[in-house]
Amino acid sequence: MKTRDLSELAARNLREAVLRNSLTTLGVAVGVASLVAMLSLGVGLQTLASQRLTRSGLFDAVFVTSQRNFRGPRRPPPPDSAPKQDSRPLDEDTRQQLAKLSNVTEVYPQIRFVTDVRYASKTETTSVLGLPDSSRLSGAFDGMTGAYFSSPTANEAILQIEFAKVLSDQPPSLVGKDLTLRYAERAALSKDAESDDSLLDSVMGSGAPGGISIVPREKSLRIVGVIESDPSAGIGGFGGARVYLPLITAEQLHVAQPDDVQTFLSGNSAKPSYMALTVRVHSPKDVPQVEAAIKQLGFATFSLLDATKSLRLVFTVFDLFLGLFGSLALTVASLGIINTLVMAILERRREIGILKALGATDRDVRSLFFAEAGAMGFFGGFFGVALGWLIGQALTWGTTIYLHKQNLPGVKISYVPWWLALGAIGFAIIVSLVAGLYPAARAARLNPVEALRYE
Amino acid sequence: MPTASILIQAESVSREYRLGETVIRAVNAVSLAVEQGEFLALLGSSGSGKSTLLSLMAGLDRPTSGAIRVRERNLAELEPDDLARYRRETVGMVFQSFNLLPRMTLEENVELPLRLAEVDRPDRESRVSEALERVGLGPRRRHRPSELSGGEQQRGALARALVNRPAILFADEPTGNLDSVNGEQILLLLREIQNALGMTIIMVTHERPLAEKFANRIALLSDGRLVSDGVQP
Repeated sequence: MKTRDLSELAARNLREAVLRNSLTTLGVAVGVASLVAMLSLGVGLQTLASQRLTRSGLFDAVFVTSQRNFRGPRRPPPPDSAPKQDSRPLDEDTRQQLAKLSNVTEVYPQIRFVTDVRYASKTETTSVLGLPDSSRLSGAFDGMTGAYFSSPTANEAILQIEFAKVLSDQPPSLVGKDLTLRYAERAALSKDAESDDSLLDSVMGSGAPGGISIVPREKSLRIVGVIESDPSAGIGGFGGARVYLPLITAEQLHVAQPDDVQTFLSGNSAKPSYMALTVRVHSPKDVPQVEAAIKQLGFATFSLLDATKSLRLVFTVFDLFLGLFGSLALTVASLGIINTLVMAILERRREIGILKALGATDRDVRSLFFAEAGAMGFFGGFFGVALGWLIGQALTWGTTIYLHKQNLPGVKISYVPWWLALGAIGFAIIVSLVAGLYPAARAARLNPVEALRYE
Repeated sequence: MPTASILIQAESVSREYRLGETVIRAVNAVSLAVEQGEFLALLGSSGSGKSTLLSLMAGLDRPTSGAIRVRERNLAELEPDDLARYRRETVGMVFQSFNLLPRMTLEENVELPLRLAEVDRPDRESRVSEALERVGLGPRRRHRPSELSGGEQQRGALARALVNRPAILFADEPTGNLDSVNGEQILLLLREIQNALGMTIIMVTHERPLAEKFANRIALLSDGRLVSDGVQP
């Protein structure tokens, strides 16, 4: 029998017992829905975690330090080490060089310092960190009180909530107020300014720069926001800070850094150097290649790529368990298909006999039952995916309401990607066809004489 | 060897059924030859084995022993798919209880053998119309079987049996569920079709008067054995 005729006959048979077939299809739909809802939850949570981590910059960043920074201050160099000609400083030239590497999107220094902050009559010592403009998209500032910096060069500050509580009993009220930073500015001195050139030359050599000066400064900053989470760990730092400034603003302060003295002694004090640089790449998969390229340039690197592999493993196991639980419902639904089709054989025994008497082959009869099982699988799968999506949306909706009550931003915890939708429909069809194997084989085996005798 | 005009040759055909320890021999060593264009009536009382013999010749069942040759092919040795093709292309069947599918309209029922034979759709329509016109049911084509009288249903079943233009028409008690008037009309129609199309008809009946009136040969069965086989004048 031609496929079109087979489909028409199958559709007619399904229509004739519409209630029973609809209930069976609904059973498949519920099974598929539970599978889709479970897996969409797993995929959604994985996507959420991946997005958050990716946006945090933990996994698409390489942290670069000078080779010398990785030795302890009192630790002697290895005995076999050559003179450190590869211990290059992390200065502006290096920054530009790293920015030109392929797959690198951004290179920025870590400007971090401990200083005094004065607000009203209070003076507190705390840590300050410069944030690159790209951290605006990190997600760490979603839901913050106030707003992100108005521009990359704004004289503005964002306070971490714990520090804001130190300054005021009402942290949100700090937004719009001014605070003052007291910090040590580092400035290069020209040789002309030195009083004793011969003394300096005897120590540093005649080509050495004049020196550096440390000058106390103050800077007034407008508080534009208060943040509850700690964004600095994900944006290139290895520890939290309490006050955040735009990176360019922080750079322009020329705050004295701990390695300034060493830089001066190495004869590079004319150019400011950085404690560390953060190199952002297009995607986490670019990290190994960029990391290798930076190491070749003579710098020490650090990345968290291995952590993403562990994360994927955890979520794969999580998805597997969710899928197993979801599949249980589909297994029950497949028993419903077997039951429906076996009942249909009993009811349609005479019809099968007539078809065979008119020349239908065993394959025709088998195909007819397969087509009916497959159609129930397809429609069950289709409606199941829709139902599963709705359940996922409801879960997201409920979670968002709960999070809003906790003053937290809403998140999308359920996600149905196209491969899950198509896969679920395909899986439902396959399960239905497997469920239809026995009934179809039984129908095909019917002896036409006995089937025609059946009333 | 069968002669050129012999269409069906049953050679010592037996069909046994096993019910526990008991073996029931429904057809017992029957040998019969049916010529092209014959109208053969298989006559006998209930349980005589006439319907079983018809099922064997129609390819619905296989003999336990013996051979049934149709155009020199032994049905007992055919593969299941070949036997299905024989039923589809060589044979038309009419049953006592009509056996029209109740969910389909009359024309859909008549079209069914053409679907199974994979006949092209445009060709199907004309052949369905031709078959329905031949049995006088053209205007009733959109009706379901439940909307037709017994006589009309049997004529519809006859149209379905004819639509594939079979060489042999098997009719199992075609008048069994009809009153005498409708029964006679069906048999008249059968004979008319036989004359018009040169078809071979093998009919099972237990009504001797009807067999004598319409068939040109009567084979009498009793307890599964062929008791007599004679050509009608």
